[in-house]
Amino acid sequence: MVNSHSSSILETRNLNIYYGEKKVIRNVSLKVPKRTVTAMIGPSGCGKSTLLRTFNRMNDFIDIFRFEGEVLFEGTDIYRSKTDVTEFRRRVGMVFQKPNPFTSSIAKNITWGPQINGYRGDLNELVESSLRKAALWDEVKDKLNDSGLALSGGQQQRLCIARAIAMDPEVILMDEPCSALDPQSTLAIEDLIHELKQNYTIVIVTHNMQQAARVSEFTAFLYNGDLIEFDETSKIFSHPAEKLTRDYIVGRFG
Amino acid sequence: MSSKSQLWAKVSPWQRWREELVLRALFICALISVFTTLGIIYILFGESLQFFAHVSPLDFFFGREWAPMFEPRSFGVLPLVSGTMLIAVGALVIALPLGVGIAIYTAEYATGRWQKILKPTLEILAGIPSVVYGYFALNKITPLLQAIYPDTEVFNAASASLVIAIMILPTIASICDDSIRAVPKAVRDGAYALGTRKSEVIAHIVVPSALSGILASFILAFSRAIGETMAVTLAAGATPKLTLNPFEGVQAMTAYIAQVSMGDVSHGSIEYQSIFAVGLVLFLMTLGMNLLSQFIVKRYARKYE
Repeated sequence: MVNSHSSSILETRNLNIYYGEKKVIRNVSLKVPKRTVTAMIGPSGCGKSTLLRTFNRMNDFIDIFRFEGEVLFEGTDIYRSKTDVTEFRRRVGMVFQKPNPFTSSIAKNITWGPQINGYRGDLNELVESSLRKAALWDEVKDKLNDSGLALSGGQQQRLCIARAIAMDPEVILMDEPCSALDPQSTLAIEDLIHELKQNYTIVIVTHNMQQAARVSEFTAFLYNGDLIEFDETSKIFSHPAEKLTRDYIVGRFG
Repeated sequence: MSSKSQLWAKVSPWQRWREELVLRALFICALISVFTTLGIIYILFGESLQFFAHVSPLDFFFGREWAPMFEPRSFGVLPLVSGTMLIAVGALVIALPLGVGIAIYTAEYATGRWQKILKPTLEILAGIPSVVYGYFALNKITPLLQAIYPDTEVFNAASASLVIAIMILPTIASICDDSIRAVPKAVRDGAYALGTRKSEVIAHIVVPSALSGILASFILAFSRAIGETMAVTLAAGATPKLTLNPFEGVQAMTAYIAQVSMGDVSHGSIEYQSIFAVGLVLFLMTLGMNLLSQFIVKRYARKYE
C-alpha cells in the first residue's frame, strides 16, 4: 500500500457508504497522491463510481445516501467542514460517463461556471486557454458560438473536460469518461490525461483495465465495496499482492 | 411428425378475417374524426362566404365597430378580437409566471408530502366546470376588484382574466413540470460539478433546456384562453368595445357566438351568418397557435438524443 506517499490531496478514512440499508463501500481508507493519475477499477457494482462521487459530494443528490467515516480534501473534512459544498466542487472538477455539455454555445459552456463563481479575468482568454488545454481549440476555434451539442461525442467529452479545467480545479474526477466514445476519441482523451497530470490530480474510474494500465500511476482495485488493493499501477498489473486482484486482472471474472 | 401436428390447431380463416375486421373498424374510428373536422371547416367557410357576400371582408377585419343587431348595422370584428385578446393576454400575464413558478417548485424542490398535495390540487382546479368559474368571477372577484378600484364595471375584462388564469394554470404547470423533469440528470450533474448552486442551475441550465416545453405550454394555454366561452360571457359581459382598459366590460368572440346562438336569430339571416365569420376568425387564431406550438416543439425537441 502507498500510505508512505507523503503529499496526498484526497483521502478517505474508514469510509462506509450505504444506499438505504445496503452497504456499498466498506471501511475504505485511501490516499490519492497529488499530481498523479489514480485509476479505480473493479467489476460493475463494486462501488468505484460511488467512491469517486464522494470526493466532490455528488452523492448528496441521492436521497438514500448515508455514510460513516471521513473524506478529506487537502486535510479538510469536506462533509463536516463549515465551508460551503460549492467551494469544494469548484476545486474538485468532474467529467462524467456520458458527455453532458449544456445546450448553449461552446464558449458559454466554458464561461458559465467561472461567471457564476465571480471570475474577473478575460473570458475570451479563458475560453481559448481551456480549449487548448483540452486539445479542442483547433477543431472549434471558428465555431465558438455553435451549440455544444453539435459536436461529435469525443469532442463533446473534451468540451466537458475544458469546462472543468476552466474552473482551475486542483483535482479532476473522471467517471468512465471514455465508455461512450469510439476508440479514436478514447485515444485522444487518454493522451489528454497524460498532458493534464502535469498540473492536476486526476482520479479516473474505468472498467477498461488496459486503460487503467495505460494512463495511471496508481491503481485501486475495488471488489464488492471493499478496497482490495491500492498500489502503483505497474505493481498491480505485474505482481498484485492479492489473489482476487490477480484473478480480476487476468480476466477470470468481472 | 403426424402426431405432433395433431396437437396444434391450424390457423382458421376466421382468425385472419378477424384481424382484417379489427383493422377496418379502427380505421373507420380514425376516419370519423377526420370527417368531423373537415365538416366543421366546410360549414365554417361556407357560411362565412355567404356572410362576406353581404359584408366586405375589409369592413369586417378592419372595422372598429361591432353592432350587428341595431341600425345602422356595423360588422367590424376588431372590438370582439380586442375583447378576446384583452382577456386572454391578461390571463396569460397572470398565469405564466405563476405556472412556471409552480412547475419549478414541484419539479425541483417539492418533496414527499408537498408533491402529494400540490399535484392533485392543481388537477382539481382543472376539473371545475367553467360556468362555476364565471359565476365566481361575477359574484366574488368583481366585488373585490370594485373594493380596490371603485370604477370597475359590473362586467369587466379583469375578472374574466383572473378566472381564466386560474383555469389555464394547471395546463401550464403540468406541461412545464414535465419538460423540466425531462431535462437529463446528467446535465444538472454537469452544472453542479462546477460548484454552482441550485437556483443558479435552475435559472441558467434547467429552465433554458426545458424552454421548448415551456413555450408550448404558453401557446396551448393561450389557445384555451381565447376559446374559453362560459366564464368570459358571465364575467366580461356583452358590450363590444374597442378598449385596453381591463376594468371595463368587453365582449369576446366566443361570448358573441354564445349570445347569438342562444337568442332566436332566424336561420340564414346576416346575424346568423356573422357567428360563422367570427367563428372562422377564432378557428384561424387557434389553428395558427397550434401550428406555432408544433413548430416550436419540433425545432427545440431534438436537443438531447
